[in-house]
Amino acid sequence: MSGVRVLAGTRKGAFILESDGARRNWSIRGPFFGGWEIYHMKGSPTDPNRIYASQSSSWFGQVIQRSDDGGATWEAVGKEFVYEGEIGTHQHYDGSQRPWEFKRVWHLEPSLTEPDTVYAGVEDAALFRSNDGGNSWTELPGLRRHGSGPAWMPGAGGLCLHTILLDPSNPNRAFIAISSAGAFRTDDGFATWNAINRGLRSDYLPDPQAETGHCVHRIAHHPSRPNVLFMQKHWDVMRSDDAGDTWHEVSGNLPSDFGFVIDVHAHEPETVYVVPIQSDSEHYPPGGQLRVWRSRCGGNEWEPLSDGLPQRDCYVNVLRDAMAVDSLDPCGVYFGTTGGQIYASADSGGRWTPIAAHLPPVLSVEVQTLP
Amino acid sequence: MIRVVLPYHLRLLANTAEEVTVDVPPPATIAAILEALENAYPVLRGTIRHPRSGARRPLVRFYACRLDLSGEPFETILPDPVQSGKEPFLIVGAIAGG
Repeated sequence: MSGVRVLAGTRKGAFILESDGARRNWSIRGPFFGGWEIYHMKGSPTDPNRIYASQSSSWFGQVIQRSDDGGATWEAVGKEFVYEGEIGTHQHYDGSQRPWEFKRVWHLEPSLTEPDTVYAGVEDAALFRSNDGGNSWTELPGLRRHGSGPAWMPGAGGLCLHTILLDPSNPNRAFIAISSAGAFRTDDGFATWNAINRGLRSDYLPDPQAETGHCVHRIAHHPSRPNVLFMQKHWDVMRSDDAGDTWHEVSGNLPSDFGFVIDVHAHEPETVYVVPIQSDSEHYPPGGQLRVWRSRCGGNEWEPLSDGLPQRDCYVNVLRDAMAVDSLDPCGVYFGTTGGQIYASADSGGRWTPIAAHLPPVLSVEVQTLP
Repeated sequence: MIRVVLPYHLRLLANTAEEVTVDVPPPATIAAILEALENAYPVLRGTIRHPRSGARRPLVRFYACRLDLSGEPFETILPDPVQSGKEPFLIVGAIAGG
């Protein structure tokens, strides 16, 4: 029988939740790396026992962990993230220029085809790659050489490269997103990058429609239709049908179009999930009601999903890397909160169940569908 | 042998006890202790001092014999009780919330 493994990164360690394909009974392992911040964990699509984890601490820096047995044991691998060539500068909060300085790994994206290849999105924003299972890392410097780097500025969480989408139909194409620089695409195997932010509007910028500077919180796509992108921006939920060349807003009837996560159903490319948050100053659900909103038509028309979720006095947040879907049928949807809950739905969002209720604040959630 | 006390997070990372010993020829300096520690536990490289600059990480402190040695040059020779093993060299995560 198939199974599901949920990888949860939290402020104080990593946790692994497992169930069989019914997704009714869950076990929890952990904490792994207790007391350390685990920004992200993700398994290789080609070898589910290969899992990478970003372990970091404001005190002691960055560590990368790798497991080759599904998270039973871990090995600390390479943690040297050195920017290539001239370091350059980016904009600081106060408008001054600061040199790029590595702080932490926000996101690890294993290759779709090679278990030893993994990409890392880091703060200050850059993209790194390892071809030896995380033992050594090399910057893919074309992104920072885009030319707009001096105009990039940190969002509230830092100048972080938090999203990496690989195109399963084209190994030369990938998408990344940075807070607060925007979204970028490569079409030549990571050598050069284009800003793909036309159609975005951000009123906190001197030019609201600038080429870069937009605080993109997350982008997502369906593997079968990689050129259709969905974006949760600082404000606005957006859609692109041309691989990011142009975007249009699909916030529609959402109660707030501010939020962090966005994801796409495993089997229905037009079914999209978001978790609206009150505002950029109030990082909790509108009205204290935790609701996932689902569109079955690719945006604009959204329905609230609340069955099983707290509908009063709930003031948690759902961070940008903290939603994922499994590939079972019906599709499972999972998200974690800053209150330490992980909610799961085994029916595409119809009914939610807390599969962990008292973890540290959840930073990231990934799901592996196991054979 | 020099006794070194590690903070919890580094103990966890190095999979070791709270206190470890390192063999450092006299007179032991801060730099020599850190180098011996990193040789014995390579996973600790970059966690106590910055991997590129070699500078002490800002939220890591060094204490010994009730003295704060955090701001001392790495070439500082440690007090005799540390040299003799009577007192440990303490690596401490600064109290900074979290």
